[in-house]
Amino acid sequence: MASAFEYAPAPESRSVVDIAPSYGLFIDGEFAEAADGKVFKTVSPSTEEVLSEVAQAGEADVDRAVKAARKAFEKWSALPGSERAKYLFRIARIIQERSRELAVLETLDNGKPIKETRDADLPLVAAHFFYYAGWADKLDHAGFGANPRPLGVAGQVIPWNFPLLMLAWKIAPALATGNTVVLKPAETTPLSALFFADICRQAGLPKGVVNILPGYGDAGAALVAHPDVNKVAFTGSTAVGKEIARTVAGTRKKLTLELGGKGANIVFDDAPIDQAVEGIVTGIFFNQGQVCCAGSRLLVQESIQDELLDALKRRLSTLRLGDPLDKNTDIGAINSAEQLARITALAEQGEAEGAERWSPACELPESGYWFAPTLFTNVTQAHTIARDEIFGPVLSVLSFRTPDEAVAKANNTQYGLSAGIWTEKGSRILAVASKLRAGVIWSNTFNKFDPTSPFGGYKESGFGREGGRHGLEAYLDV
Amino acid sequence: MPSTAPTAHALADVTASDSTLRRFLHGLPGVDAVGLEARAASLGTRSIKTTAKAYAIDLAISMVDLTTLEGADTPGKVRALGAKAVHPDPTDRTTPTTAAVCVYPDMVAVAKEAVAGSGVKVASVATAFPAGRAALDVKLADVHEAVAAGADEIDMVIDRGAFLAGKYLKVYDEIVAVKQACGDTARLKVIFETGELSTYDNIRRASWLGMLAGTDFIKTSTGKVAVNATPANTLLMLEAVRDFRAQTGVQVGVKPAGGIRTSKDAIKFLVLVNETAGEDWLDNHWFRFGASSLLNDLLMQRQKLATGRYSGPDYVTVD
Repeated sequence: MASAFEYAPAPESRSVVDIAPSYGLFIDGEFAEAADGKVFKTVSPSTEEVLSEVAQAGEADVDRAVKAARKAFEKWSALPGSERAKYLFRIARIIQERSRELAVLETLDNGKPIKETRDADLPLVAAHFFYYAGWADKLDHAGFGANPRPLGVAGQVIPWNFPLLMLAWKIAPALATGNTVVLKPAETTPLSALFFADICRQAGLPKGVVNILPGYGDAGAALVAHPDVNKVAFTGSTAVGKEIARTVAGTRKKLTLELGGKGANIVFDDAPIDQAVEGIVTGIFFNQGQVCCAGSRLLVQESIQDELLDALKRRLSTLRLGDPLDKNTDIGAINSAEQLARITALAEQGEAEGAERWSPACELPESGYWFAPTLFTNVTQAHTIARDEIFGPVLSVLSFRTPDEAVAKANNTQYGLSAGIWTEKGSRILAVASKLRAGVIWSNTFNKFDPTSPFGGYKESGFGREGGRHGLEAYLDV
Repeated sequence: MPSTAPTAHALADVTASDSTLRRFLHGLPGVDAVGLEARAASLGTRSIKTTAKAYAIDLAISMVDLTTLEGADTPGKVRALGAKAVHPDPTDRTTPTTAAVCVYPDMVAVAKEAVAGSGVKVASVATAFPAGRAALDVKLADVHEAVAAGADEIDMVIDRGAFLAGKYLKVYDEIVAVKQACGDTARLKVIFETGELSTYDNIRRASWLGMLAGTDFIKTSTGKVAVNATPANTLLMLEAVRDFRAQTGVQVGVKPAGGIRTSKDAIKFLVLVNETAGEDWLDNHWFRFGASSLLNDLLMQRQKLATGRYSGPDYVTVD
């Protein structure tokens, strides 16, 4: 809809980031080529432009990296906590100093709007390092008994939706507790992890403490299976998580899995409507819905359903989709062609199964991977789009009549990562929250993250907690 | 609130008694303060540049109610203000006029003369401004004086004491009476003094109360208390006028007043209008800024866009 008040483009400058034509693997403090010389390209999802060529880790590289981490572990784990904290604080400060550069880089490589990388991702990344830096010399007081020991080498595999934030969630607690790390970023978003490798060098972090191996699933599988890895941490799809669980079963490796979700966002009839609408938008359209804890199922009380949907549609019509580097963009590009195909297929299935599809009028750019914000009404528990994780900007709207029905429907899923409750009634928030089987429950807000708050799932959303004091436990022998 | 759009008539019975009115106002959806302020802050990060900025600055100038409300106001001061409203920037005659000049009732005639023929309206704060603590007769006399002197707009303060005591019908009746006193010629702006109403729920209730009583504009504040217009309370009032029009078909204007001093702030408010109530309100018939020092900053920014250089305070007029 053309408005009298057209915002002129306000793109963030690309010149603040210097992307090299090629990058190596980061092993033992050095950038190196893959043993078999393989490389892959990483593209910008909003333009399909090739950003750089990156070395692709194979089994031999995994072995080299794990060996380096093992060697570094002896010294690193023996350092006093206050010494490790020093490095972590230094990393946190460098991230803050370079945050504009990293925000632009992340937007280029991932496709999410600069508004999000600038205002959400990067501040949280720095905050995680600061937070766990603070814990490094206080592990005796974390409630795990005196002198808890690190596990050893942590093999970590992270997804493409929050490349740098997921790296921070994994690396900060691992280093704070005295472990060393081999991390494999996702094949579509390796760049910010490689910039992080540079930050480790800038911070003077001892060699081998952090190793970064860009690559595909085979490198991840090799890392998980490596006999000298003591701890596996994975964030990603439930299918891969199950495979990892099978691989690790029967070994002495410790495992945490943070997998898919199908979060219920429950709106009661006494909710603050305008803020609920904002929360629904944040819940499902933040990072184009490519968030494991997205509020992808809207459960709305029948008595206000029409009113709420009118308000929601009106609000969606004001979302601005386009160039992710534009500071006024609300919705950026889908991360990859594969993901776009998956979202498209699931949305088509929703239509085929009889749900009613709606999108605001919006033009999609010609190149790149784009999907318009989409709303499905007339959805029931029996629809695929109410059960399967879509991992895209697609909201399924269901209704309920009573709080008990809301709880029953919210819990009727194979997942259990997040939920939201919208009501002005405090007692109802507590009553409903205590019955929901989800790791994170937000009330009158959604998709808020904080390093002090533990995060993790029930059921097929995985196990173990990241963040907060609980996040330390996964990296300690307790 | 039903989602279908009934006529204003359908809401008429909510003012039948104090208890029906209370039930209606307390049945409005609540406001989550954290969420409201977060939304206002996030709209404040919109980056408005080049052509959009030029458009916004001219629009903002055309929406200014250039105001002098001092005990020391003299005819000379008011004439100077009127001249500035008509020609905000003497060096650039393409500059739009402001929407209105806003003065005390005894200065309306002077102001009228000063802006005669320019299209600039004269607004007057009547009804025992700024405290509103006077008998209804006195307030109405205040309004009559201003209207008789030719005021195009009346800015009325509500009785905050009565509102906070829950005497909604009393507040309603006063607004109805003042609206009647405005006659066919003057538009009515109702000032809630949001800083004194204190909660967002109260601000939403006051907005609906004012609209039910038939006001043409809802206005945040007098500019005489510690907390005046904020992005959050203005956003809330924009939601109220949007919802009211959806339900009744009647469009009501919004006027944040007090504390908006820079172009940057003004543009943030215009973004709120654009993305909340929509472009139907992007016009000085439906949105105003109650401000005095804002205009000079808008003019300096306008000169900067035209020349590429910042001038300084001596290149715009003092009042």
